[in-house]
Amino acid sequence: MKVLVAVKRVVDANVNVVVKNDGTGVNLANVKMSLNPFCEIGIEQATQLKEADIADEIIAVTIGSSSSQEQLRLCLAQGADRAILVDAGEDIEPLAIAKLLKAIYEKEDPKIVIFGKQSIDGDNGQTGQMFAALTGLPQGTFASLLSMDGESAEITREVDGGLQTVKLSVPFVLTTDLRLNTPRFASLRNIMDARRKTIDTITPADLGVEVEQHTETLRVDRPPEREAGVIVEGVDELVDKLRNDAKVIT
Amino acid sequence: MSTLVIADHDNAELKPVTLSTLAAAVELGGDIDVLVAGSDCQSVAESVQTVGCVSSVLLADSSAYENCLAENVAPLVVELSSSYDHVLTAHTTTGKNFLPRVAALLDVQMISDIIGVDSADTFKRPIYAGNAIATVKSNDATKVISVRGTGFDPVEATGGSAEIRTVDSVHDAGLSSHVRDELAKSERPELTSAGIVVSGGRGMGSGENFAILDEIADLLGAAVGASRAAVDAGFVPNDMQVGQTGKIVAPDLYIAVGISGAIQHLAGMKDSKVIVAINKDPDAPIFQIADFGLVADLFQAVPELTTALKAD
Repeated sequence: MKVLVAVKRVVDANVNVVVKNDGTGVNLANVKMSLNPFCEIGIEQATQLKEADIADEIIAVTIGSSSSQEQLRLCLAQGADRAILVDAGEDIEPLAIAKLLKAIYEKEDPKIVIFGKQSIDGDNGQTGQMFAALTGLPQGTFASLLSMDGESAEITREVDGGLQTVKLSVPFVLTTDLRLNTPRFASLRNIMDARRKTIDTITPADLGVEVEQHTETLRVDRPPEREAGVIVEGVDELVDKLRNDAKVIT
Repeated sequence: MSTLVIADHDNAELKPVTLSTLAAAVELGGDIDVLVAGSDCQSVAESVQTVGCVSSVLLADSSAYENCLAENVAPLVVELSSSYDHVLTAHTTTGKNFLPRVAALLDVQMISDIIGVDSADTFKRPIYAGNAIATVKSNDATKVISVRGTGFDPVEATGGSAEIRTVDSVHDAGLSSHVRDELAKSERPELTSAGIVVSGGRGMGSGENFAILDEIADLLGAAVGASRAAVDAGFVPNDMQVGQTGKIVAPDLYIAVGISGAIQHLAGMKDSKVIVAINKDPDAPIFQIADFGLVADLFQAVPELTTALKAD
C-alpha cells in the first residue's frame, strides 16, 4: 500500500527565536532551518512500514516554498521514494494545507497518511485532524505505537493521563508523537541516492484549490521576560527563601 | 453573542481545566452553554450545572461518545455549533484531538492554545515554544478555539443552577473504536493542575532515581514531571513530560531537578510563579529563569531538601 507523509520545513529546534522589534514576526533571516522533528518521525514510521512489507511506496509531500526542497531531499534520503512540493508560499494556514493535501490524497489514493502531531513553529497541532475531517478518514493522533492488521490498524495514543489504544479502519490518518520511533540518520549512500529521486513541484492551481486566509496575525510580541533570581548557598537557605520570601511552602 | 464550551471529563468527574476554559468564555461575553458528551456522564452534567457562569448544560449521553472519539464527537459539535458565535474547549489531548476536526468541518481556521482574549475575534497565543506571542484575529463567522488552562484563572464552580437539556442525536461514524486505556494510577495531584510540581531531567540518570523526587513530592503534595530529555532517555513515561511538546504547567512552585533548561522545556513551565532549579552545572540555562538556583549535586541536595522539609 501507498503511504503519504506530510512534512514541514521549520526553524531548527535548537534556535532561540528572536522577535522582530517592529512586532511583525520573528527574525528568520540566516536562521538554521530543519525538517520538523515530528515529521522526521513520520518519515521513519513510513520507512519501517516499508521494511515490514506493509508499505510499497512512500511519498513525502510539503506545502511551502522552493526552499523546502532541502527538507524533501532529506525525506528521500531517509526512505521516501518520491516527493511532491506544493509551491504555495509561506504562512499557509493549517486549513488551507489540509485542503491542498486532500487534493493530493484524491490523486494518489494512499492507505495511510502520516503527519507530525504539531510543527514547532506555529504550534497549532491541527493539520492532521483537519485533513482527516475533510477526507472523512479516522484519525490516530499523538501515536506512540502502530500495529497493522489487514483491514484495520491499532494505534496507541499518548493522552494526558497515560495511553489510549484505538482501532481504526483503513485508510486512516496518523499523527506522530515522540516515542513512536527514533529516526535514523541518512547514510551517505542514501543521501547520494536521494539526489536521483524525483521531486514534483506543483501549484495550488494545479490541484484546483484556492488558498484562502481566514485569520490575520496583527502582532507578534516578546513574551514577558523572567528575571533571573538568586543563587542560594545551600539547602537551608533555599528552604528559608521558599518559606519566608516566596511563601510557597509552609 | 453566545459561546459553546465542550467540557473535558472522564464520564465521572469534570476536569478542572474546564473551569479555566469557562473563564475565557466569560471574557468573550454573552451566554455560555456547556456540552457534556459522554456515556453515563449525568454526574458531570450536574457538576457543570452549579457553575455560576453557565446558562445551560447540553447533555449528549451515548455509548458513541464514551471515549470522546473525534470521529463521533466532531459531527455532534458541528451540529450544535450553528447556534453559537464561539466554540471553545481546553487545549488538552482530548480537545486537541477533536476540535481541529470540528473546525475543518465548519470550514473555520481554528485558533489553538489561546492565553488571552483581546476582543470577541482577537486572541493571544504562544508560537515558537512560547518564545513569541502572536495576536491573531479570526475572520470566520464562528470562532473555534482551544484554551490553554494555565492562561486563565478558573471560574468558581458554584453559584449556578443551569438547566440540563438532553441532546438526542447520536453520531457513530463507525470508523474507529476504543480498545483500551492504560492510565497512570497516582494518588498525587494531576500535573497540569497541581500547586507544586517537582520535575526531573536527564541529570536524574535513571528512572529508579526518580524515587527521590517521588519522596519530596509526597511531602509537598506535589505532582512529578519530567523534561523531554528524561522521557527520550526512557526514564519515565511521556505523560510526565513538561514542555512545548508535552504538558504546559504553571504551578505556584516548580522545582526543576537535573534539568538544563532547553527552550522546549522552558516553554512548558516558565509561567510558574516561583521556579527553583537544582543543577550541578552553574551555566545551565535553567538558572537564567529560576527565582532560586542551587548549584549542587542533585543526589545530595534533594535528599537534604527532603530531610529539611521533614524536620519542620
